[in-house]
Amino acid sequence: MAVDKDTVARIAKLARIRIPEEQQEALTGELTEILNWVEQLSELDTEGVEPMTSVVAMSLPQRQDVVTDGNCADKVLKNAPEGAHGFFAVPKVVE
Amino acid sequence: MSKLTHLSLTEARDGLAKGDFSARELTQAHVEAVEACRSLNAFITETPEQALSGADASDERRRKGEAGVLEGIPLAIKDLFCTQDVLTTAGSHILDGFQPQYESTVSANLWAAGAVMLGKTNLDEFAMGSSNMTSYYGGVENPWRRSGSNEPLVPGGSSGGSAAAVAARCALGATGTDTGGSIRQPAAFCGIVGMKPTYGRCSRWGTVAFASSLDQAGPMTRTVRDAAIMLRGMAGHDPKDSTSVDTPVPDYEAAMTGDVRGLKVGIPKEYRIDGTPAEIDAVWKQGIEWLKAAGAEMVDISLPHTKYALPTYYIIAPAEASSNLARYDGVRYGLRVPGETLDDMYEATRGEGFGAEVKRRILIGAYVLSAGYYDAYYNKARRIRTLIANDFKAAYEKVDVVLTPTAPSAAFGMGDKMDDPVAMYLNDVFTVPASLAGLPGISVPAGLSGEGLPLGLQLLGQPFEEGTLMKVAEVLETAAEFDALPQIIS
Repeated sequence: MAVDKDTVARIAKLARIRIPEEQQEALTGELTEILNWVEQLSELDTEGVEPMTSVVAMSLPQRQDVVTDGNCADKVLKNAPEGAHGFFAVPKVVE
Repeated sequence: MSKLTHLSLTEARDGLAKGDFSARELTQAHVEAVEACRSLNAFITETPEQALSGADASDERRRKGEAGVLEGIPLAIKDLFCTQDVLTTAGSHILDGFQPQYESTVSANLWAAGAVMLGKTNLDEFAMGSSNMTSYYGGVENPWRRSGSNEPLVPGGSSGGSAAAVAARCALGATGTDTGGSIRQPAAFCGIVGMKPTYGRCSRWGTVAFASSLDQAGPMTRTVRDAAIMLRGMAGHDPKDSTSVDTPVPDYEAAMTGDVRGLKVGIPKEYRIDGTPAEIDAVWKQGIEWLKAAGAEMVDISLPHTKYALPTYYIIAPAEASSNLARYDGVRYGLRVPGETLDDMYEATRGEGFGAEVKRRILIGAYVLSAGYYDAYYNKARRIRTLIANDFKAAYEKVDVVLTPTAPSAAFGMGDKMDDPVAMYLNDVFTVPASLAGLPGISVPAGLSGEGLPLGLQLLGQPFEEGTLMKVAEVLETAAEFDALPQIIS
């Protein structure tokens, strides 16, 4: 499976990673090489095999739906690059 | 004081208990060793003040008769574990300045058991790598060199700083994390013991996530008994991690009886791979002879889907990583690169904050999860993962443990394989299958290569049979008599 430069640009957009034009070429080659290498999986017949969901045989635990922590807005915001009035601040999204 | 750094964790524990030295003295010696080995770049952050005040508090607890299982033991922590108010980087530019306001469960367990933190160790960025070369903070040098050579070598990865720190006698033990081999491969490259426990044995809470269905924390130490003691201090059920298993943590040392008579050891034929260096094969044969001599029985087994494990891993792990790493968006922590719009800001921050290997994996992950490819790649890989796990299940009906080499080579040069991602991925060929199956594995130093570099043997076990692995690993360790020292301290 070969990916082209447009595909790389598309998935980079999906992943919200800016890839400068001059790096897209190299990345196209690397991703193609990796995808060609994983292509060998298609030779295996997996008809009727269940996809793995949990590697350990256990059922997910349940817990009471109660608040166990909170009231620590200062801690939550401590590492924010930009905060204002007790909130995270981001560039304007609504005109 | 320098001699204190050459004790094993077990000897240090016993010496502290007898009052031969204090936690303060033991910690001071290790703080000095950390400083003396700065050329290795094994630590991203050193915490000497925290170490010494922690040691004083430990001595105080011991006076009061409140000693824990790791009381007064100085440890290094992989910089993937969140440590409260101490810079936590995951080896990435994108976590610039991040000071967690909480403590990971694994490190909290270690402190509750009495251990002392020396600092945070270097690693491949977001634990993605097998050389430690992808760290934003630079590569780590392996304390070992080839005989007669000064070429710096990699310590392996991703827990490269932890492995180098333990091998160079900077710490009595270190935490690692293992997603596809990130504890076992660097342990083999640096001549130490490294164990990846069963998935679910250690809590993942507060550990920076890479691939959540695979990530597992474990101990890196210089002896098997040290690993047994340290794992006991790390493991345990944690309600904050829903995949953490609610079964008691046994005293792993108690399982180490030295008696492996009648134990069945599987030798998988698929692990004999063309092109593997003869000395890797030789150390494997040697391991077989050692266990036979101790009374264990060798059984030829087949794990037929082994060759598909690596490509399966390189779909599943990037898919999970692309989801997990979506949180680094320049809003809540770490780096922000300004942009006109919110999307501009996201793209600029992530473009600048992630290194090349992390970007490759996020893009692969986004691709295999994208519309039209999800079934062909991601679901296909999850089906093959089931087949790989079934291989092991069938094998464990016939055998108790499996013996293999840990890595297909000894440590390589810094900068080697960097231009070929797939060649780098092949480092994990022997470790990835058990990761996909969630099984415990341990690497034990077994000998030296012709060039004087450490080589490791890997034992794989049944779920939650870490004690059995420790027992067999100690028999290998005793037979191997591995007492060579890396050049930096010999």
